[in-house]
Amino acid sequence: MTLEIIGISVLWLFLFLYVIVASIDFGAGFFNAYSAFSDKQHILTGIIQRYLSPVWEVTNVFFVFFFVGIIGFFPQTAFYYGTTLLVPASIALILLAVRGSYYAFATYGAKINHRGYIYMYGLSGLMLPAALSPVLAISEGGFMRLEGGQPSLDYWALFTSPLMWSIVVLSIAAVLYISAVFLTWYAWKAGDEKATQLVRKYALVWAGPTIVTATGIIFELRGHNPEHYASLLDLWWMFALSFLLFLGTVFLIWKKRNYGLAFILLVGQFFTAFFAYGASHYPYLLYPHLTIYDSFTNESMAIALIIAFIAGLGLLLPSLYLLFRLFLFDKDYVKGKSDYHA
Amino acid sequence: MALQSRILTLMTLSFHIIYATIGVGVPLMIMIAQWVGIRKNDEHYILLARRWARGFVITVAVGVVTGTAIGLQLSLLWPNFMQMAGNVIALPLFMEVFAFFFEAIFLGIYLYTWDRFEDQRKHFLLLVPVALGAAASSVFITIVNSFMNAPQGFDVLNGELVNVSPLLAMFSPAVPTKVAHVLSTAFMTSAFVLASIAAFRLLRGSNHIYHKKALFLTMKLALIFSVATAIIGDFSGKYLAEYQPEKLAAAEWHFETGSEAELVLFGVLEGEEPKYAIRIPYALSILAHGVPSGEVIGLNDFPEDEIPPLWIHYLFDTMVTLGMWLAFFSFVYVIGAWRGWSIVTRKWFRWLTVLSGPLAMLAIQAGWWFTEVGRQPWILRGYMKTSEGATTSGQVDLMIVMFAGLYVILGIGTVVVLSRMYKRNPVEKELAQRESVKGGEE
Ligand code: HDD
Ligand code: HEM
Ligand code: HEM
Repeated sequence: MTLEIIGISVLWLFLFLYVIVASIDFGAGFFNAYSAFSDKQHILTGIIQRYLSPVWEVTNVFFVFFFVGIIGFFPQTAFYYGTTLLVPASIALILLAVRGSYYAFATYGAKINHRGYIYMYGLSGLMLPAALSPVLAISEGGFMRLEGGQPSLDYWALFTSPLMWSIVVLSIAAVLYISAVFLTWYAWKAGDEKATQLVRKYALVWAGPTIVTATGIIFELRGHNPEHYASLLDLWWMFALSFLLFLGTVFLIWKKRNYGLAFILLVGQFFTAFFAYGASHYPYLLYPHLTIYDSFTNESMAIALIIAFIAGLGLLLPSLYLLFRLFLFDKDYVKGKSDYHA
Repeated sequence: MALQSRILTLMTLSFHIIYATIGVGVPLMIMIAQWVGIRKNDEHYILLARRWARGFVITVAVGVVTGTAIGLQLSLLWPNFMQMAGNVIALPLFMEVFAFFFEAIFLGIYLYTWDRFEDQRKHFLLLVPVALGAAASSVFITIVNSFMNAPQGFDVLNGELVNVSPLLAMFSPAVPTKVAHVLSTAFMTSAFVLASIAAFRLLRGSNHIYHKKALFLTMKLALIFSVATAIIGDFSGKYLAEYQPEKLAAAEWHFETGSEAELVLFGVLEGEEPKYAIRIPYALSILAHGVPSGEVIGLNDFPEDEIPPLWIHYLFDTMVTLGMWLAFFSFVYVIGAWRGWSIVTRKWFRWLTVLSGPLAMLAIQAGWWFTEVGRQPWILRGYMKTSEGATTSGQVDLMIVMFAGLYVILGIGTVVVLSRMYKRNPVEKELAQRESVKGGEE
């Protein structure tokens, strides 16, 4: 393995982890708002506050890890993506601020449970994937021009592109699906029958759109970026595996059993699809301008970053284990029997 | 777009630094209070720690939001700079992320496990990684900033960066004074902010011993860290004289190189002559070299276009004056409280105490503006000008408006939520509740 491959794999793995944990967070916010809207709030709010409040800062660090890491390993991405993403990334930052402040002001703080705030928080959960996912479309090439050596984004081409919109729809559907499957498991563990049934229904509703749009994107790519399409097809078996895992999750949820296993299968489904997609994108970070090779940092920095990463993991994994043991796997905490908040 | 990028960077950083300072300093204060509480078996200190922790979560959350903004904005607004700097100084930025992880994880655990352990010392231990993580993240980011002021650890060959040494870049000459000064000012400011709150409660009629204990504890800590800050600040001046003489000269309106230089406080500049200023003979030479005969390099020795804006003089004076005042003030308080002087319980004295938190925060702002504006026109001193580092995107103006709105809302939200939270649950009520619970158990 070359240093470039190690670097991009580490980043891709953390991006994947962010996609999963953030989807749970974003989707839960939306379901919470939706249930407030349809006057079923009491069913979900407790569960959401118990699980999400202690961990959202950790979720956010996964995101920070990704954008700091990519500048570290591939500094040239700062030049291409930094220049062009000013507007979409700033919008994403504002939306992240809405979420962060909701936790700060509404759940930790004075408990401002104004309805408008709950709706804003819920909607930001859908708008964030919509604001972040166009980066994937941009990376397929065709939306960025170089003018006098400076990159700029062709907004018109981007906003009229079916590829961009399918990716946006997929990201929203996937967020709701991932979140619903996780919450089904969590609500079931909490022994909350009513909540389980509610989120189980959401999981089944969003399974279909997720798989349909995901397949749709592969076909969009055929026209947009034939080179990428060809390498996707070379990895067809990974997508097939991903599809089988998807069927497994839906089957279990449908049959109302093994919700924990259902969630694990779902993680497997997204893991295989995400890595197959990433591998087929190789070696490009941005078609056709930037590959992982020509944007890579110097060797001494790469080695230093990898050493720091390994040392960091040594610190991180035990701490994460502790966090999950206390808040995800602790029966009394999950059931809301013990409240030790400061 | 350099001007707009500078405005937005300045805005985001100035806002973030308020929360970051609290984020670095307050965990240590909570730790000290909780430790004193456990040692003395004094319920008041434990409750103090607990109430500070509750407020702290809120400031941390806003700190995380604004920190994420500045982290992303560095690449959005300064893509050319980050592309170059990423090759050399990415290591501490990357390590900082692990410090964030560490802090965020243990903060989550700490907050949600009050009273969960039989042995309170176990819960106390959970705070140690929070304080360490917060301090480490400020150390790493300050290392990055030091590199911008005194870059090293690479060579430039035909426009390419070669011979990069990440470790050498991390330990630039600016690091020791900068890191130490940033840490001690964060502790000092947090202590003053908490002292302000206690003094304010006392002024508002609550005469509870709880607030008096809080005030005395925080003022003692404030005194310790103010003195440390002033000493380290003196070393910072010596660092500047050696490595960034143009910044020191601009701060002091010192035009002609010479020994026995005087320190100029405030005043206005007419040509090269400071008017209406307070002049302290020899003091600049002493600040720069420790002896009156020290030779201080003047602005006339630098090319015209590499001189920082001269108004940083006022920023430097503001910081130093406030530093001196706060050290003196906390000294008077501590001695007074210890010897039982009555002035320290007077109303006007209490109001001065209330003022000290905001003043310390103002000194932090003045200090950062001073270093950052004083580095101009460079973004990477000697290698890259600020204008070369900026984005070419034309939409920064709009983003300035958007983020300004966001910070106003977050700022007001913080104040409203914090004051509401404490008002709804005053100490007296909480103490009474805890008494009755305890009574019930026995
Ligand atoms: C509570 C805040 C505070 C107070 C009271 C002081 N400072 Fe300060 N100062 C800072 C907060 C600060 C800071 C915000 O932390 C800075 C900005 C950048 C840095 O490294 O620290 C800083 C920078 C800074 C620098 C520039 C360092 C550089 O550019 O590398 C010097 C020379 C001093 N300080 C000197 C002093 C002196 C002589 C003080 C006398 C008491 C003093 N400071 C009080
Ligand atoms: C260019 C300057 C800076 C950048 C890019 C930056 C970046 C960040 C980021 C990305 C976060 C969010 C981390 C998370 O998701 O948990 C954050 C939070 C934080 N930052 Fe900054 N930061 C800067 C300046 C500073 C300074 C000067 C300090 C300390 C003196 C500091 C201390 C902290 C702390 C302690 C936090 C944790 C949140 C809190 O406790 O308030 N940062 N910063
Ligand atoms: C650590 C806390 C920091 C604070 C509070 C801070 C504060 C500031 C302020 C107030 C300015 C405006 C100066 C002006 O407009 O003339 C500024 C500029 C800037 N800072 Fe810093 N800075 C910090 C660290 C950093 C770090 C770590 C980086 C980069 C990695 C950085 C990058 C910049 C850039 C690119 C500018 C714009 C150029 C300029 O105008 O000086 N800063 N900063």
